[in-house]
Order: sequence, then C-alpha cells, then structure tokens
Amino acid sequence: MDTLVPHLQSAWQWATGSAFAFSLVLSILLVVAFVSVWAMFAVWLERKASADFQVRLGPVYVGPFGLLQSLADGLKLAFKEDLVPRESDRFLFLIAPAIAFCGAFAAFAALPFSPAFAAVDLDLGLFFVVAITAVGVIGVLMAGWSSNNKWSLYGAMREAAQLVSYEVPSALALMVPVLVTGSLNLKEIVGFQCAPIDAGSSGAIYLSANGWLALYSPWTFVAFLVYYVASLAECKRAPFDLPEAESELVSGFHTEYSGLRFSFFFLEEYAMMFVVSAVAVLVFLGGWQPLPFVSLDLGGAAGNAFFAVVFLAKCILLVWVQMWLRWTLPRLRVDQVMVMGYKYLIPVTLGALLLMALYAHWGVRYIPGIV
Amino acid sequence: MADSVTAAAPLPTPSRPADPTAGAAPGRPPDTFVDVRTQELQINMGPQHPSTHGVLRVALWVDGEIVTRADPDIGYLHRCAEKIGENVSYIMYVPYTDRYDYLAAMNNNLGYCLAVEKVAELEVPERAQYIRTIAVELNRIASHLMAVGTYGLDVGAFTPFFYAFREREEILRLLEWICGARLTYNFIRIGGVMRDAPEGWVADILKFLDDFERKLDEFDDLLTHNHIFVQRTADVGVIPIEKALAYGLTGPNLRGSGLRYDLRREAPYLLYDRFEFDVPVGTGMKGTLGDCWDRYWVRMLEMRESARICRQAIAQLPEGGEIMAKNVRHLAFKSKPGEGYVGIENPRGEFGYYLISEGGSSSYRSRIRAPSFCNLSILDAILPGTMLGDAVAIIGSIDIVLGEVDR
Repeated sequence: MDTLVPHLQSAWQWATGSAFAFSLVLSILLVVAFVSVWAMFAVWLERKASADFQVRLGPVYVGPFGLLQSLADGLKLAFKEDLVPRESDRFLFLIAPAIAFCGAFAAFAALPFSPAFAAVDLDLGLFFVVAITAVGVIGVLMAGWSSNNKWSLYGAMREAAQLVSYEVPSALALMVPVLVTGSLNLKEIVGFQCAPIDAGSSGAIYLSANGWLALYSPWTFVAFLVYYVASLAECKRAPFDLPEAESELVSGFHTEYSGLRFSFFFLEEYAMMFVVSAVAVLVFLGGWQPLPFVSLDLGGAAGNAFFAVVFLAKCILLVWVQMWLRWTLPRLRVDQVMVMGYKYLIPVTLGALLLMALYAHWGVRYIPGIV
Repeated sequence: MADSVTAAAPLPTPSRPADPTAGAAPGRPPDTFVDVRTQELQINMGPQHPSTHGVLRVALWVDGEIVTRADPDIGYLHRCAEKIGENVSYIMYVPYTDRYDYLAAMNNNLGYCLAVEKVAELEVPERAQYIRTIAVELNRIASHLMAVGTYGLDVGAFTPFFYAFREREEILRLLEWICGARLTYNFIRIGGVMRDAPEGWVADILKFLDDFERKLDEFDDLLTHNHIFVQRTADVGVIPIEKALAYGLTGPNLRGSGLRYDLRREAPYLLYDRFEFDVPVGTGMKGTLGDCWDRYWVRMLEMRESARICRQAIAQLPEGGEIMAKNVRHLAFKSKPGEGYVGIENPRGEFGYYLISEGGSSSYRSRIRAPSFCNLSILDAILPGTMLGDAVAIIGSIDIVLGEVDR
C-alpha cells in the first residue's frame, strides 16, 4: 500500500493509482473465481476417481457426467444451518475457517500459470508460497481448540505436529532446485528449465540446456520425490490424513462445523492440493513446458493460453496421483508419520542437498566419471 | 439413540495420585516441586463413533496419543432376546435369532435349531443338512468379508471395503434367492430348512466360488500384504494364547493366537466330519503371534476353507428327498421335557445355545453364549498402553457385532 501514496500526489498519478487498484481487485476476483471453480472440479474429479477405483459409478445425474454435482452440493451446504456449539469459543470458532482458507488462497497470487498469466511476479515467489501455506495450520488449530470437542482438539494437535514436521523436509527439498537455479522466483526457475541449449538459437521449438529439474540430476529427482511425499502430509492427504482420520477422530478438527464454514475447510484442502501440485510442477516438472528436454517459445495470448492449459493439465495429473494414493493406501499411525518425517525424509533431503551442493560446486550433474 | 447417550452412566474419575509432591526428591522442600505432568484426558469413544462397529461405547483415558485405560460399555442394543425366548413358542422364536449376530444370521438360526432339535430329539433329513451346510458356509464367507472390509476402513483404507462388498453382494444375492431375505434369513428352521434349493442355485454358487478365490488374491494384493497395513496391524494388540484362553476367546480370535480349535473339527455338528478342510491358525507371519494381522489373516484363510467346504457339500448333495423332519408341528403346542446345550462355530467364535424345556410350547430358559460378548471382554486388558490409532485397529480386529453382545 506504500506504493499507493505517491500515486495520489498528482491527478495523472492518481489515475494510474486507481488503475493499479483496479487491476489488484481484478486479480483477486480472478483468483477467487479460479479457486472456486477448481475446488468444484477437484471434488468432482475426486468422486469420479474414487468411484473408478471402487467399482462404482460416482455422480452421474446432475449435469453431464455428474459435473454439476459439486455445484449442487455447494448450494446444499450454503443453505444449511450455521451451527455454533454453545460451549465453543464463539469468535475463534467463527473466524477459524476463514484463516485456514486464507493461507491456501493467498498462495495462488504468486503462482504463474504461464509466462504472462500471474497475479504478481514475486522475486521470492517460492518462499512466499511455502510461508503463506503454513498459515492455514493456525486456522486448523483455532478450529480444533474452539470447538470444545476432544476429538477436534486431537485433530488440531495432530495437524500442528504433522505440519511442523513436514515443512522441514518439503522446504529442504525445494532448496535443492533453488541451489541449481540460484533463484526463488518461480518464473525464473521455469525459465532455467526451458533455457535454450545455445544462447543464439531462435525459433518456436528448441532443445533445452537443462531440461526439467526432476530429471536434471539424481539428487533433484530425490528432492522431487521427497517434496511430493511431504506435500501429501502438508495438505492432509492419505496416507497422512491423521488430522481428520475418520475412523479414529470422527472428523478431526472440523467435526463441529456445518454448512458454509465446513465447506471452507473443504475448499482449503482442495486449494492446497492444487498449490502443492503447482509448486511441484513449476519447480520440478518444467512448469508450462509440455516436454522435458524440448522447449517451446510461444508468444501472444494464444501461446500463453496454451502454456496455461499445459500447466493445468500437469497440475491435475499430480492431483489425480494424490487421489490415487488416497483411495489405495491405508493410513499411517501418528508415530509412524513422525518417524517417516524425521528419520527418513529429513536425512534423505539433507543428503540430497549436500550432494547437490557439491555437484554444483564441481559443475557436474550426474555421477562424476560415469555419466 | 440420543436418549441412550444422556442415560449413560457418568464416567468414573481417573485415579490420580492425591499428593502431587509424592514424587519430590527427599530432603527437598515440597513447595519447590514443579509438577510438569500433562493432564490425562478422558474421552468417550462411541456409541456414535465410526469405528466401534455399532453402538459400543469405550471410555478411554488417554495420555496424549497413548491409551492408559479403556473401559468398554455395552448394553445400548439390549432387546431382551433371552427373555423373549421364554415367552414365544420354539418355532416363533427362530426369527429372533437372526437379530443377534445380524451378519451371520444363518449361523444363529442353526445354533438355535440344533439346540431345539437336540431337546426335542428330531431327526433332520440328509438333504436339509447339506443345504444348511452350504448356507452356513456362504454366510460365514459374507460375514468374514464384512469383517476384513471394515477392518480396512478402520485402518484408513477405503477401497478394499468396496471390493469386499462386491463379493458379499453376490453371496447375499444367492441367499436371497433361496430364502427371500438378505440379512435376517429365518431360513434354517427347526427340523430342516425353509425350502429346497431352487433350480440353478447350486450351479450359481459354484460359478461364484470359482470367481471368488481369484478375487481374494486381488484383495490380498490390495490390503493384506500392503506395507502400511502390515505396519499398522503387525505386533499390535498381541493376545498371547494363555490370555486368550483365560478370557474365553473363541473363533478367529483364538485361532489367531495359534490354537487350532474349531468346533467344526472338535465337536462336529451337521455333517462336518464328512468334509476335508483345514483349520487355519495364526503363525506370527508378519510380527508376533496373536497380533491383529494374524487375526485378520485367519479370517482371510477361513474364507478359502469355507469355499472348499461349500464345493464338497455341493458335490455330495443328494438328489431329491425330504428337507423337513417329521412331527415338527407339535412343537407349537408341546415339547419333551429336558435340557440341552449346543455350541457351533459361528464366524465370530463359539455360538452356544442352552435350552431348558418343561414340556410346554416355549422354553423355560434360553441362554445364549455369544462369542462377541466374550471376545469383547479382552478389550480392557489389551488396550492400555497402545496408541489411539491402535485402539481402533484392535477393536476392529476383534470383530464384534453389537447385536450379539447386547442381545
């Protein structure tokens, strides 16, 4: 907002200032619209995917292929009574879903969908996304505490423990590609992955010098796997869905919520699934580039739209893998989740980080002397 | 349901040391002692809880995630089943037996009918005995499918449940075909069975069994040998054999602890002495002998054995013949005085029926030995010291049906 003040000093600058404010509001609205549509689509996809795994049909009646089922469910939730338990901490109870949702929602602002489609181009984009998504846990903790329900409290505590433990390996895993690219800007990280093999080349299709970071070196590949596993834990997906472990904690931290407030937790989960997948795609899987070692250079609105479609397709694929895991695997026990984080993921990532640092120092990508 | 919650007895307060300075170092003034113990939480699991398999309530005292004390509380589904047995005639009572263990209603019918037949000294025709065997074994498969499917749910795997239900649905179709009901069959009657096997029924069972064993392999791939599933169940809820015997466990829970004890083999009823089948026992394959995985695995193996028994019974099934004993109708008016106990191998253990007759149309006393009731009693012995997630896994592995616990 500081930048707005000088704009107000002259009429001309005031006009540009209002244009800035307008574009700000417009981008927020776009992000809100995108998150809502995404959540509806993701819920539909989840239901269809689970139905496929479970020899069922899933939604079929509302709209073509049941696509409007989520809309119908959303309407139903909107018209439900907004129950607040009498013994709850009313203020915290009411505000918790909004805070939980804010974290995941704000992360969308920093995600570039294509070279030109991004709400804001942050130099510290990756850092911002990692930091802001961690805010959601405060909302979950507030929800669990204020519900005045022991099962909810359990869910909230598990969520806090799990998130704190898994932020470490996931952030460390993201450091490996940052070490290679030397940038925290998400656009620059994608730019590194689609840099041409010789600087003078021009044309729409060219060979890339580095390729997707997941395939850049064995250590970035390890980092990709670790990040993916840790990100499952961060967005409370199976096999790490302990905070809302249905068979143990009834519904975990959102047991007492109903109606729209419940749906905000729902939105948060699906928004988070997209955010972690988008980060994985941008950092490890070439962002909007469709092929690993061959890059495209398309300009204009059409080119950007094409890139955005590629990016979305990759994100949906990763989200689908999350669903696949959820509907296949049993749930880990809470101590096993911690063991997995502290005893396996963190040492492995630290090792990968160290080796990548040494390799970057020597200027080699694979195994020296072999490849 | 809401009434039963408010009517529940208040939980006794957990025992805590009266003097918080009791553990202070000697020679230290008590007021400098800092009590840093965390508070023990008392938490009410059930009767409305997704994984207490009905209306079981377990009062848990937990220290963080560790259960320090567990107190199962039963009775929410009590329907005076034994008392009703003294007031309605023998024949009228058969449908009530469906409602104890509603997942294994055929077995309950059988246990009761065998007891009445023993007291009334009725001779059941051979064809009826074979049809009973087939129906009971199919019912055992259906019940075990429910057990392993919901066990998957308990440890957080959703999909195996649907796979188990797909097979169970086929069995329910077969049982519905022969008696018109999917759950409360009332098919096995005193002196025989309700009706003869319809045409094509037996052929359909064979077709189902051929498919079923392949589907079980699929189920094994999906759940049984899943690494996370093994981690969740192996070495968890270990019941040593002495403890299992001391608590009167029967059925897969006892066999999971390694004792080869099956009433179909030890005290054959029906025609079980004519069939070849194994009695699977736990071996501690993935962890300790008698853990949750062993109990689960025994159920998986038993389904295969039941399929074997079904095949043999179908092969030996005599063509034509009576399906009902003679002189059954007089039971509606009078019976022979006497008493008798019959125990059968229900999917959950020894289902026993003890009957005293004074010669009237109804029993003087009917007493049910419900396997789930006895199996449940071990919960407060094995739950303390486990984690909350384990508690769910253990309750699921005991495989109780509350209709039978409360009767």
